[in-house]
Amino acid sequence: MSGVDLGMPSFPDAARQAVRDAQLRHNLGNATNTIRNKRAAVVGELDDWEQLRASGAAIKAHTLSNLDSYLEQFESAVTAAGGTVHWARDAAEANRIVTELVRETGETEAVKVKSMATQEIGLNEALASAGISAWETDLAELIVQLDEDRPSHILVPAIHRNRSEIREIFRREMAGSGTPAPADLTDDPVQLAEAARHHLRDKFLRARVAISGANFAVAETGGLVVVESEGNGRMCLTMPEHLISVVGIEKVVPSWRDLEVFLQLLPRSSTGERMNPYTSVLSGVTAGDGPSDFHVVLLDNGRSEALADEIGSQALRCIRCSACLNVCPVYERTGGHAYGSVYPGPIGAVLTPQLYGVESEDTASLPYASTLCGACYDVCPVAIEIPELLVHLRNRTVRERKGWFDRLTRTAMRAMGWVFGDSGRLARAQRVASLGGRLFGRRGIGRLPWPLSRWTDARDAPTPPAESFRQWWERTRTNDEDGR
Amino acid sequence: MNRASRDGRRAVLDSVRAALAGGERTSAESIPREYRRQRPVESPAELFRERVADYRAEVRAADSAGAPEAVLRALEHAAAGRVVLPEGLPATWAEPLAERYETFDDRPPLPTATLEGVDAVVTTCTVAIASTGTIVLDHGPGQGRRALTLLPDTHVCLVPASRIVDDVPAALAALDPGRPMTFVSGPSATSDIELERVEGVHGPRDLHVVVVDDA
Repeated sequence: MSGVDLGMPSFPDAARQAVRDAQLRHNLGNATNTIRNKRAAVVGELDDWEQLRASGAAIKAHTLSNLDSYLEQFESAVTAAGGTVHWARDAAEANRIVTELVRETGETEAVKVKSMATQEIGLNEALASAGISAWETDLAELIVQLDEDRPSHILVPAIHRNRSEIREIFRREMAGSGTPAPADLTDDPVQLAEAARHHLRDKFLRARVAISGANFAVAETGGLVVVESEGNGRMCLTMPEHLISVVGIEKVVPSWRDLEVFLQLLPRSSTGERMNPYTSVLSGVTAGDGPSDFHVVLLDNGRSEALADEIGSQALRCIRCSACLNVCPVYERTGGHAYGSVYPGPIGAVLTPQLYGVESEDTASLPYASTLCGACYDVCPVAIEIPELLVHLRNRTVRERKGWFDRLTRTAMRAMGWVFGDSGRLARAQRVASLGGRLFGRRGIGRLPWPLSRWTDARDAPTPPAESFRQWWERTRTNDEDGR
Repeated sequence: MNRASRDGRRAVLDSVRAALAGGERTSAESIPREYRRQRPVESPAELFRERVADYRAEVRAADSAGAPEAVLRALEHAAAGRVVLPEGLPATWAEPLAERYETFDDRPPLPTATLEGVDAVVTTCTVAIASTGTIVLDHGPGQGRRALTLLPDTHVCLVPASRIVDDVPAALAALDPGRPMTFVSGPSATSDIELERVEGVHGPRDLHVVVVDDA
């Protein structure tokens, strides 16, 4: 899959908008700071965290290096447990398979538990165009869906909305898709959660079809593991007769025992809890308990191509904990929307260009959305070397988008070469620059004309010093009687 | 399998194999496992009680004889009236409840509408994890099918102290991976609104845990 238009402005443009939004920055600053502190506290409780992390990284790396055989093993185990496995090369194929499976049930609505994979393929939109309503049931996802907004965080998709905004969305939109919000709804989070509970309860009890993703797929047992907090995941996995799970092929882990590592790493990295409120494990169908019809759609959608990149493939280890978002100075200031993809933050900046290719300016700009400070690597529970990957992808962007980059550098380098080629010209250029320094004072320089605008579009250029080294040398030498 | 899905399967696997061609395939034996398989915990039952309480669950301790009374107190606290009892719940726990409450058996399975009108469920668990404060149900005897611990607002769980293990590795080793499983750590909760924790979104609002000293 390549050259996909993500339908969003590229990162530099979107980020410029986002950093001007004071409310957004306030919401994000509070949220990321809170999660960061909680995470640090519960990670600090485990004196073997680094060993768990090394194991997590190694299990994932091992699985990826044998992915074909683990996928086949997973398929056999699911089939033996009474489920059906489908394979999808890309988003369109996955959407077609799910739509067909829902159609076969004769239903026109489905409840959904939040899933990155289904967001990635735009499943809700595909189902809507086939006349099927897919209701998001995670509270934050519901807020985003009702508002026809986009999620801005992997774990807390409505992190950019405060309570009064949420109250307005509920009052305005709930009636349009079922049980309306109470007329006297306040912005108290308890009341807001209660309104969501009432709105969705009716859907859970009525729905005959549920759609989920999975956090882990165990090759040895065919088990799917869904980690969540609210109980909406349990509702979807338990109440309807038909369950369809869309699972990226990188979600496979070899054995049941491997979960002992990931069930320690994930909740602590993600929500900063020792364990999340609910984890469900489901292996095929169980007579008299839960769905009687179970389908898994294994999704490639660019993953096998990313797998071929020796350095880039480590991004496929990601367990979607979102710890890297919460420590990223760039994410904290721009929010998730600026990344223009369902995978925001540092991991999005390395995953999105690999899944979608770097042909479009949107994806090509993402590896530059970082300060390379390395905080993302420090917190990653599976030790993905995100800074190394960002640099690698910047190189790839430059290589694959040669024409674009060449035009830019040729102009800039020719100008630089001309200036540096002659000491007189260099001296004059520096005098102009230091004059600029005096003129701009301490305010810094905003936007420079093209081609230097390629630099100042995304960052402030430092104000040149009021005096260049050459000028200083001349001044101090003249004042020195020995001429030294 | 129809033709389209056969094609999809072959294409995905071929593409994965092409990506892996020439690369090194590591063996599962080479995975380092130097983390703790066991944690030194002086009293798992005590740590478990402490960690469950951190989730704002109600925790009670009782000896075998006092367990039925502790369950009654938990149900009173939750102001429950109608209680569902899963198949296989020991009679010593079930009988005192039947005297005091309107109880429902789930055999044959209760219709969803009936279950929705029930206030509380009383179950036991397969294993419990001290360091995380988690109870694990594999929905065997005394635990009920999954809907029983999902729809009623109050869940009272009797945890025999002998089933409390130190940490996650010991818990997974004690479970049968083929069974459906629910790991429960406190009542259902959301932090989606300004990261303020709110209990009882879609699952039970109250979790009461009774640790039964069965030594």
